[in-house]
Amino acid sequence: MHFFVAVWHWYTTASNWEGQGGIPERALAQLELSGLVVVAASVLGIGFGYLLGHSGHGGFLAVNAANAARAVPSLALLTLLVSWPLISLKGGGFYASFFALLALAIPPVLTNAYIGMREVDVDLLEAATSLGMSSWQRFFRVEAPLAAPLALAGLRTASVEVVATSTLAAYVSYNDLGGFIFTGLNTNNPVESFCGALLVALLAGLTDVVLNVTSRRLAPVGAPRPPSDPARTGLAGALRREVVRARRGQSNALT
Amino acid sequence: MAGLLASVLSFIDWSWIGANGAMIRGDLLQHLELSGIAIAGGLALSFPLAVLAWWHRGTRTVVLAATGLLYTIPSIALFVLIQPLTGYFSLLTAEVALVGYTLLILVRNLLTGFDQVSDEVQEAARALGYTPFEQLLRVYFPLALPSLFAGLRVATVTVIGLVTITAFVGWGGLGLLIVYGFGNNFFTTPIWVGLVLSIALAASGDAAFVLLERVVVRWSRVRV
Repeated sequence: MHFFVAVWHWYTTASNWEGQGGIPERALAQLELSGLVVVAASVLGIGFGYLLGHSGHGGFLAVNAANAARAVPSLALLTLLVSWPLISLKGGGFYASFFALLALAIPPVLTNAYIGMREVDVDLLEAATSLGMSSWQRFFRVEAPLAAPLALAGLRTASVEVVATSTLAAYVSYNDLGGFIFTGLNTNNPVESFCGALLVALLAGLTDVVLNVTSRRLAPVGAPRPPSDPARTGLAGALRREVVRARRGQSNALT
Repeated sequence: MAGLLASVLSFIDWSWIGANGAMIRGDLLQHLELSGIAIAGGLALSFPLAVLAWWHRGTRTVVLAATGLLYTIPSIALFVLIQPLTGYFSLLTAEVALVGYTLLILVRNLLTGFDQVSDEVQEAARALGYTPFEQLLRVYFPLALPSLFAGLRVATVTVIGLVTITAFVGWGGLGLLIVYGFGNNFFTTPIWVGLVLSIALAASGDAAFVLLERVVVRWSRVRV
């Protein structure tokens, strides 16, 4: 019980909440780093995923990117980037962390965006062509919106992973919540590392919940929408419903 | 391309690798051991959990939510959080967390496999007079094998990547090489060795399960 009394004391100590090394500042720093990574990953991941999916090139690479990225230990990437004189500890570890996390975040987004594009019904693409749409019109008005739900799902997965892994940024001196964990481990202070770990777990959990709720609001797959919504009416709407139906029937197994 | 390769290779201190073969081998073996135990433990636990969730529909949400929650917690945080319970620098700390991460993947894929058994097959199994347990063992489980193998591949690659993080709680496998290199004035050779061997191990683990699936699930290649 002694341990948890110490934990309680740590959380109620005012100095842990104040200033540069305080909990709110560090939480914000972690969210700032993660947010910037997610924005960059969505631009690059969805951009390239869409382009590859539209052109049909690089399919093998795009489909396997997410799985292959899982095999790369982020810790090795992070430490290698810091060891590179061009990056080293510039920005207090920010740049090394940013690029390591970006490498982690792009593959799942890219894979999902690509698959979303490829799953667009061929009949619909033919219909679009026969309506006189150019390749780019088809891209922007048919393929991109229909692939969006899957691309966003990939972005959500990546975001949760980025927030979780940004904890490691503290290992290369970026001042986020992970700092409590590493300081605690290095100074043999299990209370501090435990308290930090709890905060990190909370932040990751909250991110997951918030993204779940907002993505359901933003892209309510299969939920009734007002008929005025162009995505739900006409040809595109009909196809979208088919895609949704197909996806629901599909397994959600990780493959 | 050759120029890039040459510049990367020139960064590597080959004499260090030659002189530290024993350490590298030891770390590689520890990595293999930690991952192997985690996969075996995850497999052993996920089966009863999936069966529970399958037989008692009410527990399904609970099982999936609990394993999902575990999966959301960042690895470094999970290791540190369970330490007071499982012991500081203990093998149990490393393994409980690693097994925890495999559970969501394996349980979800087992359930998906069970779900995919068609109504006709279910009826046939009942008509043959199989008890629920026999149905599970002789119908559902074999038909869920492809999905389980898909899960095993993902879980293996994930776990092999995560083992490096156990370096912060006294283990680490190849992660020890990364931490060692970083701690020695950004000496990159051990980091490269750790990175390359870790990826190679993950690729081998993945390939091993692909081959095992071909042996175990022979019927999946037979087209009727």
